[in-house]
Amino acid sequence: MTNGQQIRNVQGTGIPLRGNNIDTDRIIPARFLKAITFEGLGDHAFEDDRKLMAGHPFSNPAFSHATVLFVNDNFGSGSSREHAPQALKRWGIGACIGESFSEIFLGNATTIGLPCATAAVGDVETLMALVEHAPETSFLFNVETLTLTTAGHVAELHMPAAVREALLTGQWDATGLLLDNFDEVRRTASALPYIRGF
Amino acid sequence: MGQTLLQKVWDLHTVRRLPTGQTQLFIGLHLIHEVTTPQAFDMLRHRGVKVAFPEHTYATVDHIVPTLDQQRPFSDALAEQMLAALERNVKEHGIQFSDLNTNSQGIVHVIGPELGLTQPGITIACGDSHTSTHGAFGAIAFGIGTSQVRDVLASQCLAIDPLKVRRVSVDGALSSGVYAKDVILEIIARLGVKGGVGFAYEYAGSVVDNMSMEERMTMCNMSIEGGARIGYVNPDDTTFSYLENRPFGPAGDAFNHAKTWWRSMASDADAMYDDEVALSGNDIEPRVTWGINPGQSIGISEQIPNPNSPDIETDAVQEALDFMELSAGAPIAGTKIDVAFIGSCTNSRLSDLREAARIVQGHKVASHVKALAVPGSKKVREAAEQEGLHEIFQDAGFEWRAAGCSMCLAMNPDRLHGREICASSSNRNFKGRQGSPTGRTLLMSPAMVAAAALNGHVTDVRQML
Repeated sequence: MTNGQQIRNVQGTGIPLRGNNIDTDRIIPARFLKAITFEGLGDHAFEDDRKLMAGHPFSNPAFSHATVLFVNDNFGSGSSREHAPQALKRWGIGACIGESFSEIFLGNATTIGLPCATAAVGDVETLMALVEHAPETSFLFNVETLTLTTAGHVAELHMPAAVREALLTGQWDATGLLLDNFDEVRRTASALPYIRGF
Repeated sequence: MGQTLLQKVWDLHTVRRLPTGQTQLFIGLHLIHEVTTPQAFDMLRHRGVKVAFPEHTYATVDHIVPTLDQQRPFSDALAEQMLAALERNVKEHGIQFSDLNTNSQGIVHVIGPELGLTQPGITIACGDSHTSTHGAFGAIAFGIGTSQVRDVLASQCLAIDPLKVRRVSVDGALSSGVYAKDVILEIIARLGVKGGVGFAYEYAGSVVDNMSMEERMTMCNMSIEGGARIGYVNPDDTTFSYLENRPFGPAGDAFNHAKTWWRSMASDADAMYDDEVALSGNDIEPRVTWGINPGQSIGISEQIPNPNSPDIETDAVQEALDFMELSAGAPIAGTKIDVAFIGSCTNSRLSDLREAARIVQGHKVASHVKALAVPGSKKVREAAEQEGLHEIFQDAGFEWRAAGCSMCLAMNPDRLHGREICASSSNRNFKGRQGSPTGRTLLMSPAMVAAAALNGHVTDVRQML
């Protein structure tokens, strides 16, 4: 049983966001978590950074239709708020490529069908420089072959095997998968001393 | 070959290996709060799915709670809407709820242990990265996002990849005025803010053995700031005596049976670790952050780093110094503060308030400083008041508030304004974290916050003991 769409390719132009350890409070400040839906979060992605930092890429019209987000090291550290990948996705991001991602951010992005892959530091620098120089450059992110292709450049990408499998088979939304063997869940639970009351 | 606690807990809770290669892991306790659950309940409703194990799900309200005026409806309509949604959801699905009308409401990571819901050897999930706190009891506790909250509500399971284990030993002894907060800040500074990615941190050594449960919670709480989704301490007699006579803990014979099982879940003496790190507690001094992530801390006697020093990330240091408006090479001691905040899931428990009150007693908060003491739960507040701690704080000029997350992340009326700089016992010094996009945070222990509040600037608390 699958709930999600199979995600095999992501195609589009890029947006470079330089800096290490960009945390989820910066991606979406906490005041925008005061809501009972994820609607409208895209408008507030990086809201405070955009006000404070002249020339922030998310304010630059050259990148306003971008799909592939390029980031540096430890992107998405901090809070477990899924609102962070939700805000990026609702802004228009379809995939993230960076040096590394924080663990909870990567898990949250996967469960909403937003592929995140890592690439070598040198490749990330080359790709960012390319996008900065020529924002109209189009990229093809192939989840199957884990490559990012653009004219004159193929970068090798990495992601955990289970994440790749989940995206390719449409099982990134795990609820169905977790429910299709509920008897086994009950069996596992009833064998636990603390569930049995010791 | 022996096993670690993580391996034992993981094996016992594994339902099966999923077709994707991940583990389907049973979750023994699902803690929920108002911020990360409304969308998850909506997704369940949309799919026509019920909560699988409401009896293993427990709710509280903490992030959006005003700590001054709690009259309903809240003056903030959005906050009111969030609490109303949670009330509706727990009622519809039959989930127990420590709401504002009970005497057990508080920060989710304070009330879980307090109620005895948090126990050794169990798995816990909560839509909050500081769920790592519960590892202090030898539980394996995951911070998760909203779609995973939906998964756990629907199936009481997570689809998850296994973790490696790094044993972090702290031996020797801490000097007076040095606390669990300083130890974890030292560990994060040493191993880096992403050093723990892919790992669970097992804290060990004589310093950890001698810590109270509340101190262990402070350490495990900030594991995530070092990139480790999970931190834990092996259960021992300190753990067991904390758990006696807790409302949701085992009682009578069951408690004795539980103790035997809990003890058996601790890592074996010959367990294999993926990595081991050791540090000496004797060398740790009170620490303060100077930058914009929790890895950027120094000892109180040290100087703010120079971006041009060798072996340093020049851009990151420069960005932090620019934001903080601090000078390279200057001592951190003496840095002027505007606000002092004692609270948060890291440091809002009774022992934290006691240590801070010990410093504050008989003194006055500096006239230019706004100072807040915010207990982590109603029970902490009540216990503190029985000891008269509230009067010590109030006499000194602190505001004594109701329980909640308060100024840690400012999803409620407590927040920084403009460029204010805050001495804070919380866990994150990210840009904008405390509610003002340009506000600044200096993380430190509650005793150090108390010292800074009195002097109006960052001070070595050891001089005041």
